[in-house]
Amino acid sequence: MDVAEIHKNTKLLVDGIPCCVDDVDFTKPGKGRAIYRVKLRNLLDGTTTEKTFHSGEKADEAQTTYQQEQYLYKDGDHYIFMNTETFEQLFVSESQIGDKKDFLKEGILVDMLMFGERPIDITLPNFIEFEVLESEVAIKAQTISPQLKAATIETGAVIGVPTFINVGDIIKVDTRTGTYVERINKK
Amino acid sequence: MEDEKQHLLQLESNLKTRALIYKHIRKFFDDRGFLEVETPVRVPVIAPEPYIVPFESEDWILSTSPELHMKRMLAAGYKKIFQFSRCFRKGEQGRLHNPEFTMLEWYCADAGYMVIIQHIEDLVSYLAKELGLRRIKYGNLEFDISNPWSRITVKDAYLKLAGWDPTTQPDPLRFDIDMAEKVIPGLSQDHPIVLLDYPSYAAALARIKPDNPNVAERAEIFFGQLELANVYGELVDADEQKRRFDKAIKQIEKEQGKQMQMPDKFLEAVPFIPECGGVALGIDRLVMLLCNANSIDEVIPFTAENA
Repeated sequence: MDVAEIHKNTKLLVDGIPCCVDDVDFTKPGKGRAIYRVKLRNLLDGTTTEKTFHSGEKADEAQTTYQQEQYLYKDGDHYIFMNTETFEQLFVSESQIGDKKDFLKEGILVDMLMFGERPIDITLPNFIEFEVLESEVAIKAQTISPQLKAATIETGAVIGVPTFINVGDIIKVDTRTGTYVERINKK
Repeated sequence: MEDEKQHLLQLESNLKTRALIYKHIRKFFDDRGFLEVETPVRVPVIAPEPYIVPFESEDWILSTSPELHMKRMLAAGYKKIFQFSRCFRKGEQGRLHNPEFTMLEWYCADAGYMVIIQHIEDLVSYLAKELGLRRIKYGNLEFDISNPWSRITVKDAYLKLAGWDPTTQPDPLRFDIDMAEKVIPGLSQDHPIVLLDYPSYAAALARIKPDNPNVAERAEIFFGQLELANVYGELVDADEQKRRFDKAIKQIEKEQGKQMQMPDKFLEAVPFIPECGGVALGIDRLVMLLCNANSIDEVIPFTAENA
């Protein structure tokens, strides 16, 4: 592909490694060649690098596809997913799931980014509902900000919730920011 | 809708300053005997330039610059003209770019490029004064704009910052890359810089300097890394102009596989263009500077991203 077509979230193949473009900084002297400073995230190990392209250069697009998978359960170091079309099972390592494990709830549907046969990234639904398993009664020393207290949800993750939330409540969480959105109902 | 309302209202103060700047610019040129003109935005042909990509509009093109039409007016006998013109350049999007932007161009018969540079100094000083600014604060930089601004030749800037002389070693690729990566980032950040006398292979539509065939009468104005304006002592030699267009058309065909047309009507007018100077100044960037706005979307209500 032409470098001019590179945008945020474009998947490039750099030295044989699939990378996600996290940011593109475009600069161009009025009459001269454009310069694209691209921030790349290695989709296999999460490390980031920068690469500079000039007008007219070509970049290799990484052949990646998305497929819908349902998260089933965790087995040892692996998270087991099932393809919703073929019902084939897919094993994803803990390191590839990364921080997303905090909101990976059994039964949810995710978009799995595949590089060939290899799962490389998952996109969670923006909002997921969780049950609150543990939450201290708010006392000053335990609050994490004036309006929030800590609560443990089904996945074991701890997030900040308003002081009126009780154990057993179902709450909606924004998985992109990891923040509480609203209380759904009482169980 | 709520987000858009909030965004647009946040821009209100910058947009008021923008409107004031337009008003003062018109007064500045009116006081100096310039006529405001309007040339078409949708045109049959443009000046072929290798790194400026146009948008097509049926079988015509959206203008990338009003230069050719304004010069045709000079050839007809107009002596001092200026214009605010919408220009369109494909793929130019970023903190300092929007594919649709506004250019202020002016041309002055019987004036050399040094006179045009003085116009720019006078114009920016005048605008700053009218807006009550003694210095121009931009981000964490502060520019002393008292005239004259410091001038440095391309040759000296490259020798100092990139370690070679592009005016005697023709290397257009290295010239462009070093400009963006070494020269512009190394320019002084305390006062505006006039970068003078580009190598002849980067002359674009400027004439070659009579006393040095290696360089052209072309200058660029920088505030830190912000490129504000491009000045020419205008090329008025029709044969030379046609040779440059031919070369650009061939390069575009080779590199992009696109066939550009020769601007024939313009070439017919070139022999009648008087000796003159002209400049293209990015209005959106000027407003950014005077409003201390970090990004072009703070001075344009609807950019390509949110139009």
